[in-house]
Amino acid sequence: MHELPVTESILNIALKHAHANKVHKVLSISLRVGEMSDLEDEWIQRYFDYLSKDTVAEGAKLKIERVPVTLKCDQCQNIYAIRIREQKDPVCPTCGNTKGTLVSGREYYIKDMEVK
Amino acid sequence: MMEEIRLIEVKEDILADNKGLADDLRATLRKHKTFLLNLMSSPGAGKTTLILATIAVLRHELRLAVIEADIDSMVDAEKVAATGVKAVQLRTGGFCHLDAAMVSKGLAALDLDQLDLVIIENVGNLVCPAEFDTGSIRNAMILSVPEGDDKPLKYPLMFSVCDVLMVNKIDYLPFSDFDLAAMQKRVFKLNPRIKIFEVSSKTGVGINAWTNWLKQEIKTFIGS
Repeated sequence: MHELPVTESILNIALKHAHANKVHKVLSISLRVGEMSDLEDEWIQRYFDYLSKDTVAEGAKLKIERVPVTLKCDQCQNIYAIRIREQKDPVCPTCGNTKGTLVSGREYYIKDMEVK
Repeated sequence: MMEEIRLIEVKEDILADNKGLADDLRATLRKHKTFLLNLMSSPGAGKTTLILATIAVLRHELRLAVIEADIDSMVDAEKVAATGVKAVQLRTGGFCHLDAAMVSKGLAALDLDQLDLVIIENVGNLVCPAEFDTGSIRNAMILSVPEGDDKPLKYPLMFSVCDVLMVNKIDYLPFSDFDLAAMQKRVFKLNPRIKIFEVSSKTGVGINAWTNWLKQEIKTFIGS
C-alpha cells in the first residue's frame, strides 16, 4: 500500500548514482527486500515506470530479491529461516529451543544497477 | 560504437532518508525532554477513545498534546480538542501512513518545552505505518478483540516493531471466539520483549496498568 513513497526513494537514489557516474541509461536496478515487508513487486515496477518517465532511469527493470526471515537461536546461536505467516512456532532445528532474535527479513536495500 | 553495459554498486538503504530524519527528531525530543508515543492500529480498534482515556488519567500529572493523522478529516482532532488538550491535525491527503517528515511538521506546531508527552494517532492501518519510523521514543499498538486473534499472522511487521500492545474491547471477550492465549503466543513469537495489556476504554479495565507503564517509560526517558 505504501509502494509510492518507497518507489520515489528508489528512483531518487538511482538517479543520484546515475548522475555521479555520468550514466546515459539505467537498464536495471537490483533490490533486496525482506520477506517481512508487504511490498508488491508488480506495483513497485508500475509506480517506477510512471515516476521515472523522462529520466535516465525510464524503462529500467527492477530486480527484486526477497530476503527470507531468519532468526538467531537465543540458546545455541544457530541461524535458521522461518515462514513468518504460518501458525507453526519457530523451533531451532539444531537444539529445539523456541526463542530467537530476528536477524534478517526487514531489508530495504538497493544493491547495484546495470547502466550504460 | 556500442556503449558498454556497466554495473554500479549502490549499496544504499531505501528508507535511509526517513530513518535519518527520525533520528534527528529523537535527538530534538531528548533535548526538550518530550516523550513521543506513536499509536497505531487498524481503523475502528479504538485509538481515539484510548487516547481520550489516557488523557483523562494523565492530564493532571503531565503536560500533553496529540498529533492526529487522518487521510482527510478532522473528527478525531475535534474530539481531543474538546478535552482542552492541544491537538494538531495532519491531513495525509491519501497517504496511508505518517513518516518522520510529516511528524516533524506536527511537532513544529507545538511548544516542546511546555510538553512532557506527545501522542501521535497514526493513520488507521496495520501495514504501512509499521514500515516508517516516525521519530517516536516508543511504538504502541492496539488490537481490538472483534478484529480476531489471527492478526499477528497477517501483519507480522506491525507486531514486531511495537514496544507495547493493548488488547482493547476486552469486555467483548466473553461474546467472541477470540483466543487470547493463542494471540499472545503468536505475538511473543514475533516480539518476545513486547508488553501486553488487556484493556477496555469503555469500562476502564486495564487503563491504569497501561498509563502506569507509560508514566514509567516517560520517567526513565526524562531522567536519561
